[in-house]
Amino acid sequence: MQFHFMKIRLIGAAAAMMITLGLSSCVHLKEYQKNRLNDSEMALTNRKVEKNEMNFQSYREAAAGANAGKTGGGCGCN
Amino acid sequence: MKKVYLSILGFALVCRMGAYAQTHQDTIQKKPPFSLYTPVESSGSGTSYDARELHIDEINFVSSYYSQTGDHSPVTGGIGTENVTDMSNGLTVNLAWSGGYHNNNTLAVGLGFDHHTSASAAYVALNGGSNPSGTRIYPSLDWTLENPKTGGTFGIGAYYSGEYNYKSKGLDFHWSAKTADKNGEFGVKLQGYFDKVTMILPSEFVPKPAAVTTQPGTITITTASGNTEIVSVGGGVISNSKSSLPTSGRNTGTLSLSYSQIINSRLQIMFLGDVVAQQGYLGLPFHRVYFNTGKDTIEKLPSSRFKLPIGIRANYFVGDNLIFRTYYRYYLDNWGTRSNTASIELAYEITPFFSLSPFFRYYDQTAARYFAPYEAHTVNDQYYTSNYEYANLHTNFYGVGIRVAPPKGVFGWQNLHEMEIRYGHYSQSTNLASDVISVSFGFK
Repeated sequence: MQFHFMKIRLIGAAAAMMITLGLSSCVHLKEYQKNRLNDSEMALTNRKVEKNEMNFQSYREAAAGANAGKTGGGCGCN
Repeated sequence: MKKVYLSILGFALVCRMGAYAQTHQDTIQKKPPFSLYTPVESSGSGTSYDARELHIDEINFVSSYYSQTGDHSPVTGGIGTENVTDMSNGLTVNLAWSGGYHNNNTLAVGLGFDHHTSASAAYVALNGGSNPSGTRIYPSLDWTLENPKTGGTFGIGAYYSGEYNYKSKGLDFHWSAKTADKNGEFGVKLQGYFDKVTMILPSEFVPKPAAVTTQPGTITITTASGNTEIVSVGGGVISNSKSSLPTSGRNTGTLSLSYSQIINSRLQIMFLGDVVAQQGYLGLPFHRVYFNTGKDTIEKLPSSRFKLPIGIRANYFVGDNLIFRTYYRYYLDNWGTRSNTASIELAYEITPFFSLSPFFRYYDQTAARYFAPYEAHTVNDQYYTSNYEYANLHTNFYGVGIRVAPPKGVFGWQNLHEMEIRYGHYSQSTNLASDVISVSFGFK
């Protein structure tokens, strides 16, 4: 388990570094330059079809939230 | 030279005719095909804005079937079957209209219906005689007002969920604003859930009915659920009065913050963070715990919990057909749990209207300090649970999704503009395994 945590933290740290570098090089885009970003697969949201997957995960796992889903309460917890 | 002048004149004439080519009304009247979309007409009332009447913008239907196996049920103290099946269905109707000052209004009306069977629920009664199935119904309403000039939104939502042993009411306020260049967006959501847990106890903890003789020839019986019966000595019921089972409250408040940013024409990211506070009865009354003495009791957890999850999404468009959808979350709470979640999905667009998306999600967590397995708690423990939701575990979830959204509609039906099918297999290091298949339909 400790190995898993180490691995995940390394991935998280690498991702954070990449994002920090990326943010520092943000470019200003005109609407017509956003054709790829406007692709429905690029949406920064959960898929509609994922809704019930997120529900069962929140019942079977202690962690929840930061994913525009359930954070506790309102269940269905059986 | 004359030829040149005539050519220019002729070209100008053709162009002039072309300019009016689309101004004539088609004389052939075709019956429009059936559509949920209502053409928007100008109000013509002389108002300064172009009002749009209330119309159905979109209808979404999601259905899932979930099947689970496992052998650590909290109902039987961390041992015993965890087999579950669940059929979930949700319908959302988005109504839209425009109001004053060009603002766009959206009203999302939702209704969900689940039916589940849980093998362990039968063991709320020691003899396995309890009802192992249940249904849940959950309507919702959400109104959002958008300023199309700035892209900013404000909205409120209401939610209800009802099942036999759990009732919940929810309310939320949400607000978002875009940056001046519209490449970034900040969102805030404040959410409150006000729940009632029905105190259904394991059968061995239900107090025995108290029988008291009140008047000659009759006996008054008060049961654990609060029902009162007056029976004759001969056994016939003279009268009874039913009262509901007692309930305990559980309140959840959540502040959700998000910020999304376009990095370049292929990459966009979003930071997400929630601050969650819960208070009230946070266990479930039919979860047993067996002490190391062999004696059993009911799960006992603190009456407050504070959760802090933070996450990041990053979606990257590679080449012309491949999109990486990635997500990472770190979670901590004051019950001692720390967790990581990482997921990646590769959406490959075989055509612009058909994509295939294999995905993988990894999750791990440390145990809450109140968790111990079957017969591991001592009677001196202040809090105790054998619910494996709080155990030290890691999970894998993988599968594939298909998305179809052809311009002429799915199966040639213009109104069905999108369909998604997704299958996933989930496995926990605690031996719990499940399969879930979901389908969603989007109508316009």
